Amino acid sequence: MRSDTTEPARLRGRRPIWTGITLGVVAVIIAPIVLVGLGAFSPSLDVWSQLWSGPLPEMLSTTGVLLVLVGVGTLILGTGLAWLTTANEFPGRRIFTWALMLPLAMPAYILGFVFLAVLDFAGPVQTALRSWFGPEVWFPDVSSTVGVAIVMSLSLYPYVYILARAALREQTPATYESARMLGDNRMAALRRVVLPMARPSLAAGMVLVMMETLTDFATVQYFNVQTVSVGIYQVWRGMFDRETAVELAALVLFIALFIIGLERLLRGPARFHQRGAPRDIERVPLRGWKAAVAVSICGSVLSAAIIVPLVQLLYWLWTSPAVVTDMTRAFEFLSNSLGMAVAAAFGCVFFAMLAAGGARFSGSPLVRRAAHLVTVGYAVPGPVVAIGVLVMIGWVSGVAGSNPAGIVLLSLTGLVYAYIVRFMALGYGSVDASMEKITPSTVDAAHTLGAGPPRVMKQIYFPMAGAGAAAGAVLVAIDVLKELPIVLLIRPFGFTTASVWVWELASESRWAAAAVPALLIVLTAMIPIAIYLGRERRKPGSAVALGARVVTRVEAGVE
Amino acid sequence: MKPLSSVRLTIALVLFSMALVSCGVVDSFSGEETVRVYSGRHYDLEEAFEQYASETGVDVEFLYGGDAELRERLRTEGEDTLADVFMTVDAANLELAASEELLQPMDTANLGMISDNLVHPDRLWVGLSKRVRTIMYHPDRVDQSELSTYEDLADPRWAGRLCMRNSNNVYTQSLVASLIYHHGYDGALEVVSGWVANDAEIMSNDIVILETIAAGGCDVGITNHYYLARLLEDDPDFPVLPFWANQDGRGVHVNVSGAGVIANADNPGLATQLIEWLAAEGQESFVYGNHEYPVNPDVPPPPLVRDWGEFKEDRLNAAEFAALNADAVRLMNEVGYD
Repeated sequence: MRSDTTEPARLRGRRPIWTGITLGVVAVIIAPIVLVGLGAFSPSLDVWSQLWSGPLPEMLSTTGVLLVLVGVGTLILGTGLAWLTTANEFPGRRIFTWALMLPLAMPAYILGFVFLAVLDFAGPVQTALRSWFGPEVWFPDVSSTVGVAIVMSLSLYPYVYILARAALREQTPATYESARMLGDNRMAALRRVVLPMARPSLAAGMVLVMMETLTDFATVQYFNVQTVSVGIYQVWRGMFDRETAVELAALVLFIALFIIGLERLLRGPARFHQRGAPRDIERVPLRGWKAAVAVSICGSVLSAAIIVPLVQLLYWLWTSPAVVTDMTRAFEFLSNSLGMAVAAAFGCVFFAMLAAGGARFSGSPLVRRAAHLVTVGYAVPGPVVAIGVLVMIGWVSGVAGSNPAGIVLLSLTGLVYAYIVRFMALGYGSVDASMEKITPSTVDAAHTLGAGPPRVMKQIYFPMAGAGAAAGAVLVAIDVLKELPIVLLIRPFGFTTASVWVWELASESRWAAAAVPALLIVLTAMIPIAIYLGRERRKPGSAVALGARVVTRVEAGVE
Repeated sequence: MKPLSSVRLTIALVLFSMALVSCGVVDSFSGEETVRVYSGRHYDLEEAFEQYASETGVDVEFLYGGDAELRERLRTEGEDTLADVFMTVDAANLELAASEELLQPMDTANLGMISDNLVHPDRLWVGLSKRVRTIMYHPDRVDQSELSTYEDLADPRWAGRLCMRNSNNVYTQSLVASLIYHHGYDGALEVVSGWVANDAEIMSNDIVILETIAAGGCDVGITNHYYLARLLEDDPDFPVLPFWANQDGRGVHVNVSGAGVIANADNPGLATQLIEWLAAEGQESFVYGNHEYPVNPDVPPPPLVRDWGEFKEDRLNAAEFAALNADAVRLMNEVGYD
């Protein structure tokens, strides 16, 4: 149901003030990216032809292969696990259902360094194999594109899992049961009804996963896999060529748009709406070896994605006690991380409310489309956003003068602003989707009864979009806790977060010492997930369903 | 609870948490005299700076970051920067900062003890510790007499036996840039493509290279010397030895971790004093924690690396190979050295 059909729009009238507010928010959010982009309108053909005849084709193909592998990996893991836990009954199913979301708390760069430490040539696994089978024993090359794809799939599959679960519970039970009654067996019903109906949600989840994969620097560099994003770093840091680096970033954005276009194409015109309250499909009890297989599948995914890495981190912590020196500093870094995460999460939701609500009040379909632009930061690599924000801080730094408190506050505000620009898509997606749910007639009735936009905002949009906003805020908070390039570029003197701390140690190959902050990040990122899950316990289905809407709106937004 | 009050509550919460965080940060600005450092270097700096503060009464504030990121930040901040000193882990980023006019000449007569090749000709920056990038080998599988130069590792007899650092790494870039200086672009290209033809295993950090050599995955690699020292500190029996490359020729490749005074520094005098101190009284605490070689000839090398003996250094000025850094990246791209 589109809420901006012409009739109600005319009824609600056009409001230039809200057009102004909405476009103002859009301008503020895209400003840093545009600013950096403006610097790149003089392509240096020389460097480009060098890149093109050199590493660029390979970088593009590596990026493509990685995107496909991670896309397929997360699709199989996410969808398969969602089907397993919603349509089957087996020992431990309830615990697995929520535990399988936890890998969202494990940053891919941390999973990556644990993965390599355990599995590379000098790691314990290969060393043990050599001692049993001799020095020539074969082992796959873990520091490879496939290796990164495995690590990223394990840390990103929850996006698809959450969506697939929501789709299975919200959209398909009735149709699935009809298909079963008409004689399809379970597999046929899965193939002919469930998967086609869940397709839009699954595709949306994959888009999120691919954006994260595309803009990742840390994990791919650690595996020495040369993607286009790594190319940006190489050109910027090794060849000292900012302009070309920005142009490469534009190429990344272009790839993102291409992915979204492809997803649109794959999804087709299909739209499926919720029928009735969300519930599980009739669960089939698995017995004997089938139950054992189900448990071991869930168990091994969980082990690989979070249990083994946590155990390894704890082991490092245990074996080098010298690293736990200063817990007050750990607390300081952690509270810095949390402060930024909370501020960015609320900031995203606030601006999202303004943009999404304002676009509706404006009464102009064009403004509504323009409002979607606020999500573009999700497809832009972190350093690009950060450099744009640094330039803007420079403009206003006169205001702070030489007052240190002012300078710090400015810098922290800039940091939160950069996070909002980068992760706005997650907040906007959730808020816009929740507002979509509000029937136009409710709003029209309010308007007819004389309520102006502020009152409609207060009494209809805020309360009704609140739940969706909470889900978006959770996702933003998790991403901010894990984020690295932006905080490294913008933070003021004396301000260290847990992710910066990991980086300081990991960049010197001090893995054991890095275990402390790595554990802190993972445990902290579990807090928002726990809140999210607590919500689901009180109102079964709601949190997952909202998460689903968040994500489905994101791709509409990034577009 | 009415909806709006919860909105107010959250806004209040956000403001409160921001205020709390900034108070904590502002606390650190309380010192009377403070010199502020943007540092790409992390190794045990705190200790050296604390010692400096207690000796001189001048506080040191520092902000870690990647060399290139901090340089970019300096450039963007321009006159507004709070930083006085820019410190990096390699020469290329210092030289680039110098060429972008982000640094100013140091007004000092107290840095004369440092060898000329480690100082910018106009004293825009100075090296404060030496990191030697050399050949590492497993003594059971390689006889020392087999080893000679970086160039020799391009010989086919090393096929399948090499572990090298990736091309995104500044140390690799500096080493290749020095090869370009000595052999010209085409000569260096021949050497690097020889490494590639030898199927060198490319790795993303020096520790992994050394551990792989120790575990038998490669026979020979090229790493910075202090990574080996660090591993030996944990395990004195770690089975890898250093070999000083190119001793019969120009000498082994030496990079520096160094610093310069920022052009827009509020306190150029204090900044210069800190750098002078790090080159003199502070040398030991600056270089020992990370087992680096001091630039000050009066300070002996740290105990662990002292046993490795003396060696001949390539006296090429760091500014020279830094200027060839972009060419080095292009060269490695050209021959498919990842």
